[in-house]
Amino acid sequence: MSDIEFQLNGKKLKKNIPLSLQDLVEELNLQRKKIAIEVDGEIIPKSLHHSTQVQAGAKIEIVHAVGGG
Amino acid sequence: MDDPLIIGSRSFNSRLLVGTGKYKDLEETKAAITSSGAEIVTVAIRRTNIGQNKDEPNLLDYISPEQWTILPNTAGCYNAEDAIRTCMLARELLDGHNLVKLEVLGEQKTLYPNMMHTISAAKTLIDDGFDVMVYCSDDPIFCSELDNMGCVSVMPLASPIGSGLGVVNPHTISIILENSTKPIIVDAGVGTASDAAIAMELGCEGVLMNTAIAKAKRPVMMAEAMRDAVISGRKAFRAGRMPKKIYGNASSPTQGLIE
Repeated sequence: MSDIEFQLNGKKLKKNIPLSLQDLVEELNLQRKKIAIEVDGEIIPKSLHHSTQVQAGAKIEIVHAVGGG
Repeated sequence: MDDPLIIGSRSFNSRLLVGTGKYKDLEETKAAITSSGAEIVTVAIRRTNIGQNKDEPNLLDYISPEQWTILPNTAGCYNAEDAIRTCMLARELLDGHNLVKLEVLGEQKTLYPNMMHTISAAKTLIDDGFDVMVYCSDDPIFCSELDNMGCVSVMPLASPIGSGLGVVNPHTISIILENSTKPIIVDAGVGTASDAAIAMELGCEGVLMNTAIAKAKRPVMMAEAMRDAVISGRKAFRAGRMPKKIYGNASSPTQGLIE
């Protein structure tokens, strides 16, 4: 087990690896929510959340729908 | 359904499209949207809350994509690149749903669209398989361009976003309608029910609004008023109004008057 640092929605986080995107989603309690994830500017489809590991220095964005016109 | 609104391959009963921003809470959002009768509902795409309010309810828990056609927007984007990125995220978020409202803003004060970036983003998105409903200026040439390039709906502003000024250039909207092959939906600027009716009476295929309902004193009641106005305006357009005349013309017979 070792720590890595990465950015999530603009905030710096430190977590133990291995950490998949799915682990991150569950930790944030978003597994039942409609979300989309982008890592370093690339969208990672839901089908790959399990198999995609969070890397040190990654810039991750998790987005959802909010009120808008 | 004798008069459906056709957007690409999709068909709708309601010609009122509504936004989900600026409401007091999600309960009010849902109540107003339900009262409006709208079937197409716009949403924005933003970062999720991380840390605080982790269990905060999500808009789509209230406005279910099974019940409504969700129309993600690119509000807040000031260039083509950001707008395209937002649409791609929206498509992933909504499991491949490809209908988007493209809006690329030009500046914060007027919220007028940047049409150069709008056209560039529309082209990329259409090539990538999106059905693009596009917010644009009320310029007949730009509207034709967006129509010809394959946008599924062209949505000129009635007046600036959130202004409530109504249809400020009805003659320009009429020219846009004359040249159109896709549904023209007035997007932005409607303030009250008569504004929506005017847009529909001009022959627009629909009206998209948010603030006029959300910022009314009673949003749920205004949503009903807008629903009725859009239905009435459409009926009046289809019925064909009488010609305007500058002199009076009595409705009661001029013969048989009691002497």
